[in-house]
Amino acid sequence: MNRKTITGIVLLGLLAVLPPIFIATGNAFYVDLTTRLVILAIAATSLNLVLGYGGLVSFGHAAFVGIGAYAVGIPAYHGIYGGGELIASFNGFYHIALAVILSALFALITGAICLRTKGVYFIMITMAFAQMVYYLFISLETYGADDGLVIDLRSELPLVNLDKPLQMYYFAFVSLLAALLIVRTIVRSRFGMVLQGAKGNPERMVTLGYNIYLYRLAAYVISGAMAGYAGALLGNFTTFISPDMMDWHRSGELMFMIILGGAATTLGPLMGSAAFIVVEEILSHYTVYWHLPFGLMLIAIVLFARGGVMGIITGKDKS
Amino acid sequence: MDYALLLVQTLNGVQLGLLLFLVASGLTLVFGILDFVNLAHGALYMLGAFICAWLTLALGNFLIAMVIAVPVTAGAGYLIERTVARPLYARDHLDQVLATFGLILVIDTMVHLVFGPEGIAVPLPAWLNGQLDFGANVILPTYRLLIIGFGILTAFGLFWMVTYTKIGMLIRAGASNRTMVSALGIDIQTLFAFVFALGAALAGLAGMLISPITEASIGMGNNIIITAFVVIIVGGIGSMKGAFIGAMLIGLIDTLGRSFLDTIFALFMSPAAAETSAPAISAMLIYIIMAAVLAVRPQGLFPPKAR
Repeated sequence: MNRKTITGIVLLGLLAVLPPIFIATGNAFYVDLTTRLVILAIAATSLNLVLGYGGLVSFGHAAFVGIGAYAVGIPAYHGIYGGGELIASFNGFYHIALAVILSALFALITGAICLRTKGVYFIMITMAFAQMVYYLFISLETYGADDGLVIDLRSELPLVNLDKPLQMYYFAFVSLLAALLIVRTIVRSRFGMVLQGAKGNPERMVTLGYNIYLYRLAAYVISGAMAGYAGALLGNFTTFISPDMMDWHRSGELMFMIILGGAATTLGPLMGSAAFIVVEEILSHYTVYWHLPFGLMLIAIVLFARGGVMGIITGKDKS
Repeated sequence: MDYALLLVQTLNGVQLGLLLFLVASGLTLVFGILDFVNLAHGALYMLGAFICAWLTLALGNFLIAMVIAVPVTAGAGYLIERTVARPLYARDHLDQVLATFGLILVIDTMVHLVFGPEGIAVPLPAWLNGQLDFGANVILPTYRLLIIGFGILTAFGLFWMVTYTKIGMLIRAGASNRTMVSALGIDIQTLFAFVFALGAALAGLAGMLISPITEASIGMGNNIIITAFVVIIVGGIGSMKGAFIGAMLIGLIDTLGRSFLDTIFALFMSPAAAETSAPAISAMLIYIIMAAVLAVRPQGLFPPKAR
């Protein structure tokens, strides 16, 4: 085990025990912060599957998060409790299923088009499709347009009450653990090997007889669904959703988290989200102009990282 | 059908198309020749608008302000090329995307710091602020006609430069084979810096032209850059011809879609349904067009030959 993995596991351990301590010491604000951290970490973990392991630079992941959030917000707005007697009392199942299915569907449709292209086209097209969703929700007057939508009632689930900050937190935390486990399992499977092989040398994988288009599309759909799930959590957590959640700046931030923590590693996105939230919190505490040092930091990381950002991803020195 | 409205909206579409072309041509030049993805191109558009707006208020004349602001924006582009872009030419597109994303944050915040959080409204000289009445309900603001005229002139100037001048020849040669160009003794670094500054000036010019209509505001670059991406994806990244045709196509489709889609929808659905669905569809229209083009031609309509 290298030092980085140990840091990640320590971070997970801290996240498991810290929030009750925050509450006990009267720092409830930090529970909010850690909840946001954990939810963003799920979204970053999902992006890592395609960006880190698949080498597919998706610049539109915030759209999935947004779709997931609206999949909670819109049924809540209409007071729809889903169908079927069995789940009627727990609309959370319905909300989360809707979030996952819709974002998976969106990933399937856009992914089928985006993955026909590569390189810089892929970056721009994923970005454009995300912006399409952004403008779609801005044009929907019923759901608040660019003013956003307040979720009056959080999703109802058996055993947990999302209105209680600590229960909300642990629900997100367990979800994060599951997300990490899922991505780790996928990456170590034969499927994950093909995905990573296609990143390193697509021609070789094609020659070996793999249809890498389908493998990538499958990874893209899984990743989108997972990001949608994170969106459903985020909607439930903030109880306020707006198209701003899908702005391409959010997508850029998710990418930045991965790069910060180390792409193509299981715990990298989590560490990156933690670093991102902490830096954001500290900087925004001192100045409203915190984007300035933040942006400079981002430029410096890219310019001076050994072997470039891809070097961080592959762990190899390019020179 | 209201033909006067159709004519006015078509001209508005042409106007948007020309502004998009100014932004997209810089983007496609920089990508085609430098192989560099510049997300911060929209920030230069905004920077141009702010510099021009500030100068207009300081000097009291919009046109003089523009004449000064264009080279200043080009200078800002040159500075960015030297400090951030140049070390990244040999790097991955992901590096370029992230660094220029950081650059957007920096430029946006600097503008916020220098010019304040509010947008700046740009007053037009009286002779530009009027309207021209063409009869038959066709009344057009003088300034919009000026934008169209100016945009066409710039587009022609750009085509002339790329096609008939020595620097244009070098630009085309650099786009096809940059190693060969530098082997023939051309200072490729200077050429790159020139192209980058030229792209910045074009984006800044577009921002300046639009600022009397929309005012200079901090988010303005972020909206246009995505549309400019759609334009060059549709047109084929790296192609000037593609950028022009893509820009006109997207400009017209977007403008006409927003104004007439509800009328068209009302032909085959209830007015209420048309009224609710039309804004949503027209907001997505250009992306649907983009998806359709890509489904048929993944490299865009006019992919440059030498790539």
